[in-house]
Amino acid sequence: MCTVCGCSEGETTIHEHKHDHNHDHQQKHDHEHTHDYGQGPAHAHAPGMTQSRMVQIEQDILGKNNQYAAENRRYFSKHGIHTLNLVSSPGSGKTTLLARTIEDMQAEHAISVIEGDQQTTNDAERIRATGVKAIQINTGKGCHLDGHMVGHAMQSLQPEDESLLFIENVGNLVCPAAFDLGEAHKVAILSVTEGEDKPIKYPDMFHAADLMLLNKIDLLPHLNFDVERCIAYAQQVNPRIRVLQLSATTGEGMEAWYQWIVATRQTALIGYRSKTA
Amino acid sequence: MHEMSLCEGVLQIVEESATNQGFSKVKTVCLEIGALSGVEIEAMRFGFDAVMKGSLADGATLEIINIPGEAWCMPCAKRVEVSARFDACPECGSFQLQVTGGDEMRVKELEVE
Repeated sequence: MCTVCGCSEGETTIHEHKHDHNHDHQQKHDHEHTHDYGQGPAHAHAPGMTQSRMVQIEQDILGKNNQYAAENRRYFSKHGIHTLNLVSSPGSGKTTLLARTIEDMQAEHAISVIEGDQQTTNDAERIRATGVKAIQINTGKGCHLDGHMVGHAMQSLQPEDESLLFIENVGNLVCPAAFDLGEAHKVAILSVTEGEDKPIKYPDMFHAADLMLLNKIDLLPHLNFDVERCIAYAQQVNPRIRVLQLSATTGEGMEAWYQWIVATRQTALIGYRSKTA
Repeated sequence: MHEMSLCEGVLQIVEESATNQGFSKVKTVCLEIGALSGVEIEAMRFGFDAVMKGSLADGATLEIINIPGEAWCMPCAKRVEVSARFDACPECGSFQLQVTGGDEMRVKELEVE
């Protein structure tokens, strides 16, 4: 998919532990295309003649990404891996939230993490410090992760069966909304130090998310942030969205977030047959 | 949004079709873009010429068919037209709308030789 993400080929790199390897774009995935053959005025194609003809394409511009995402989703479902795609603007506290979540949940769940950033492996290192497996994808000039990058990252990361997989997307409230990675849910994180009208400023993202985490609520006494209005805006864009208020720093409200993860995981695992059972 | 990347996606579809269907020059590219797809048409036109440069669609005309946004209003139980994702129902003011059309971005057809 790397031609769709806008980064020039070879720009994307996946960092695993200390050795970096360049992400070559030999596509392993097989994908089918449908083509409707010329229904135009001159269907015949004779060599040496220039003829104008119409070719029906009828292909979704994001179709390729959706195929990769479907492939990832099949893999996750087969292995009982519950995948959450965390999206937010830069600086909303995603990595802090994730590090705390891992510390509190890793006793009961196998966890692995895919980190997406334009540059540096800082976030993956922060996550690895908690003791779980993490892989860093650097998107170069790209502004979002896509299904193809995640598929490749999975090959190196090898999450355990029945584990939790967190994907921390590039900090950006625009592009990641359109790119399905194969996740079970998108979780949008908004901190109270941002504007309360972000859900209506970036409606696509809040429309695509199933859960909104309102982070840094310990700072509310110092701010003019109208929580009720913010939630109303989110529900305006997405009537089904659930909202949890928490602080990853003080731990307030984190329990409800863990319950949501466990509950959605159990729902997703209905019908899943463990190989070890 | 990310119109430049979408243009790259269009070029990829065009190049694949050229291999499959044996054409070497594209004169017109026709896209269907929905009002709720998040695509900025002007940015798309700007990106299109730059991305197609040097390809088999260099200098091709970009035709864009706009698809209006359409949603199903649950309280009204009928189809209504909307211009943005977060609009209320123009008739009853409810936000309980299910988008049913206008979020597409597709390559519809190509004029080739």
